[in-house]
Amino acid sequence: MSKKVLMKGNEAIAEAAIASGCVHFFGYPITPQTEIAEYMAKRLPKVGGVCLQAESEVAAVNMLMGAVSTGTRAMTSSSSPGISLKSEGISYIAGCDLPCLVVNVQRGGPGLGGIQPSQQDYYQATRGVGHGDLRLIVVAPSSVQEMASLTAEALDLADTYRMPAMLLADGALGQMMEPVAFSAFPKRDLPEKSWATNGHGFKRKKNITNSLYIDPNVLEQTIIDRYAKYAEIEKNEVKYEEYMTDDADIVIVAFGITARICKSAVAEARRAGIKAGLLRPITLWPFPKAAISEVADHAKVLLSVEMSMGQMVDDVRLAVNGKRPVHFFGRTGGVIPSVEEVTAQIKALAENL
Amino acid sequence: MTTRIIFAGSGGQGIQFSGKQMAKTGMHMDKNVTFLPSYGPEMRGGTSNCTVVISDEDIGSPSVTTPDILVAMNLPSFEKFESKVAAGGTIFCDSTLVEKKSERDDIKAIYIPATGMANDNGLTGFANVIILGYMLKETGIFDYDEFKEFLLSGIPAAKTALIEKNAKALELGYNFKA
Repeated sequence: MSKKVLMKGNEAIAEAAIASGCVHFFGYPITPQTEIAEYMAKRLPKVGGVCLQAESEVAAVNMLMGAVSTGTRAMTSSSSPGISLKSEGISYIAGCDLPCLVVNVQRGGPGLGGIQPSQQDYYQATRGVGHGDLRLIVVAPSSVQEMASLTAEALDLADTYRMPAMLLADGALGQMMEPVAFSAFPKRDLPEKSWATNGHGFKRKKNITNSLYIDPNVLEQTIIDRYAKYAEIEKNEVKYEEYMTDDADIVIVAFGITARICKSAVAEARRAGIKAGLLRPITLWPFPKAAISEVADHAKVLLSVEMSMGQMVDDVRLAVNGKRPVHFFGRTGGVIPSVEEVTAQIKALAENL
Repeated sequence: MTTRIIFAGSGGQGIQFSGKQMAKTGMHMDKNVTFLPSYGPEMRGGTSNCTVVISDEDIGSPSVTTPDILVAMNLPSFEKFESKVAAGGTIFCDSTLVEKKSERDDIKAIYIPATGMANDNGLTGFANVIILGYMLKETGIFDYDEFKEFLLSGIPAAKTALIEKNAKALELGYNFKA
């Protein structure tokens, strides 16, 4: 599949996962991500894999934990309320140091909320998926092509660092169709899964996956070791894209679908003679702190634009660390901000420079 | 150049098909395209709409507040989107189902009795393709022959009746005199 095909974002995730060797999928249907399971149900049996619709999200995430314990590539996907249900299991998977991919095609919350696109789960993805000191690698695609390429990348990152990775998308990216090519995803050299609890014919010591440590000193050490790994990730795996930031007075920080809208707004502002730019975090954790701090050295003001009441703006402010004012604009509950609205925000900031 | 189109009507009229066909043709012609459907309960009947953006440049937002082209195939869709069409834009209205006329003088409104034409020609269910045919002529967005070839090549060869009906509907629309 090197030719471009027109595909929904959800389908692109599923195809990219299968192309990257993901053989098991466990899920429970929820709008707006059900096409992932639909695609998996059709294709996985043909490549010797298993697509299983569990009786609930809680069951699905625990099946995932079992599958990845054996060293096979597996994933689950859901939308916001379903990810809340899966959070306990994700914490267990993190505590067992197991790699897996979790996809969240966000919809409006809280509660059952709505089915339209949102970015309200930023805090959840970067701070609060499950209990305990833990991190997930979080990647945020902003096109159907990236839905595919970042799925492949997230699976590799999870295996490289032996931890769960999350692809944080939204209903618009999941449902929209764009041309996508499945060739040439860069592949990493992945470590051997010597920890896998698979059959070995008594040729080695048995492996155990476990997240229970009664002795606090032992538990503390496992966490400290994991945080050393997290520090490596923060050093090596930050990804972001900059658009016209070099001479920008006003820099927007936005991710996912919102970043595309902001890119159009930046172009619009430039046509009106306003020096605007865009910094798009591609990894939400690790967050591009250094890049944002650098931008704040020359920009006069920053604006975080999100489909929420303002969550990533906290991280932008931490990165800017008081050097410049950081403003926020957002629509929430499933409303997508328009290019006109964001352009108006930029123009208002430009007037007060 | 960027063209932003909203297709809107009732579930079952082929609204999503029209949108996808435009997006696929755009991709086929090496343009950047996005197709954003309405989803959720709308898929189960009731109103249906989708947004297609076709551009030579990178496409920012796949959702569009002020389309250049509106295809309205029922009254609620006409009423919902008519006022949003960008100045200088065009509305293609299935006048069999939409009795209202646009009162705007800054857009071009085209009334084509597509559902009636379809029913009269044994093409029930192909009103959407009739409108696509006329839209190609009016906007010149894609070459008619190329569009037709690509449309028909997407239908399995065994379904000859479907191929014939699509071809006939597209031609009927293309040759319509407003």
